[in-house]
Amino acid sequence: MSKKNEVSFFDGKGLRNDGRRLDELRPIELEVGVLDNASGSALIRQGGNRILVGVFGPREIHPKHLALPNRATLRCRYHMAPFSVEDRKHPAPSRRETEISKVIREALEPVVFTEYYPRTTIDVYIEVLEANGGTRCSGITAASLALADAGVPMRDLVVACASGKVGGKIVLDLNDFEDKYGEADMPVAILPHLDRVLLLQMDGNLTPKEFHEALDLAIEGSKRIYEMQKKALRDSYPIPDEPQEEEVVEVEK
Amino acid sequence: MSVTPSESTISSLARKRVEELLGEGKRLDGRELTQCREFEVETDLIGTAEGSAQVKLGKTIVLVGIKAGTGEPFPDTPDQGVLTVNAELVPIASPNFETGPPREGAIELARVVDRSLRESKIVDLEKLCLVPGKAVYVIFVDIYVLNHDGNLIDASVLAALSALMKTKLPKYTAKKDGTVTRKSGHSELKIQNMPISLTTGKIGESLLFDPSLEEEEIMDSRITMTFDSEGNVRAMQKGGHGVFTTEELKTLVSTAGEKTSEIRDRLKELIK
Repeated sequence: MSKKNEVSFFDGKGLRNDGRRLDELRPIELEVGVLDNASGSALIRQGGNRILVGVFGPREIHPKHLALPNRATLRCRYHMAPFSVEDRKHPAPSRRETEISKVIREALEPVVFTEYYPRTTIDVYIEVLEANGGTRCSGITAASLALADAGVPMRDLVVACASGKVGGKIVLDLNDFEDKYGEADMPVAILPHLDRVLLLQMDGNLTPKEFHEALDLAIEGSKRIYEMQKKALRDSYPIPDEPQEEEVVEVEK
Repeated sequence: MSVTPSESTISSLARKRVEELLGEGKRLDGRELTQCREFEVETDLIGTAEGSAQVKLGKTIVLVGIKAGTGEPFPDTPDQGVLTVNAELVPIASPNFETGPPREGAIELARVVDRSLRESKIVDLEKLCLVPGKAVYVIFVDIYVLNHDGNLIDASVLAALSALMKTKLPKYTAKKDGTVTRKSGHSELKIQNMPISLTTGKIGESLLFDPSLEEEEIMDSRITMTFDSEGNVRAMQKGGHGVFTTEELKTLVSTAGEKTSEIRDRLKELIK
């Protein structure tokens, strides 16, 4: 952590270092069905993040002792490409990635109807190609689209967004700079329709009141991303136009 | 890769009984929902460590040993000492713990404890610098779980805090080129904050503080909140396959905060 007076988070107009307002998301692009070999896939670009997610399954599980008699096993790997960060990341899974894989799996567990597919596995592979803060949230947003693209039955989409505190203010969707030098970062994943929290982590320093404010902001931001998720799915599976009434062509005899 | 763990049949049977009791506001061990188990702390029990503490939280036993020495700082923080937390779920602690490298459970435990200590700025890392960029104090916090009866996170935070409070740093003389030589004597490690975590388990609609192992095996999810001496939140971690409502979380941040200040006062009595 750097000393407070060394970094400034806001410009003269009160805008953040990337020009955003306090409650503004980074620009987000979502694309569904981007990988041929996966059962379902999605690509998310969120600010400087670029993450590909591939879902395989429900399919036969190996090794077989991992099979569960009453439900599908959910397996999840969050992985960063060596070139996704400033200093090359060793490709072997780090302790950070192990923990993130666990919290993402736990965020997805309550949403998938795993009971429909006993003794199988649903594998979710999240590959971070370019990272600029908040990758676990971007990864979750894309993973739930990939699950939907795979046709896996779900109770709702899962959507995630972080909030936090930088330069004394509660802000939405922190970038890498704000995460590193700010006072607090709090990733949140929710079921947008049911207002349930699936993932919550926090590090930094928040008063109980600031926590309330940050939680509300993260949920509000997530709901905005949820609208983009639905649009991405609709664009990927367009509803065919109503069939036009066939024109009857009189054929002259 | 993180994999859905298998659930024992016993625990799904036990769940019924626990839910019935919870319906009457009772727990298996007779505690109130917001009652934590009593804890005991013993310090300075490992002669070879620079600090140590053993916490008994109910039947859960966690031993923390602190090893302190010198080493190179991280390149991005050249003027700060290094604090590292590791957790070992040793096989003597539970029939379900196996030998081998730490799995996700142990890694999560270590990282949540690490964030609780680090984010509350328990020690001033800049004061642990000997020669900027060359030599700093390196402090290893090793969590050794000796008996698992639930809520390893809170027991580990208590034990780590207690051990750090009792840590004596060996003295060194450092030259400008970064070479250090051991001097005789020790100095106290100064603790600037007392982070206390509280883990709440959720079973059905019931929220229970400090879940026991029996409760952990059937609970849907848990949330750990770590508070500093001022009552501010410094770290949070949700775990498990269940969900929380926003109201539950907002209420917990006050009730858990109050509870941790009681625990902090009790710890101050126990360690003088």
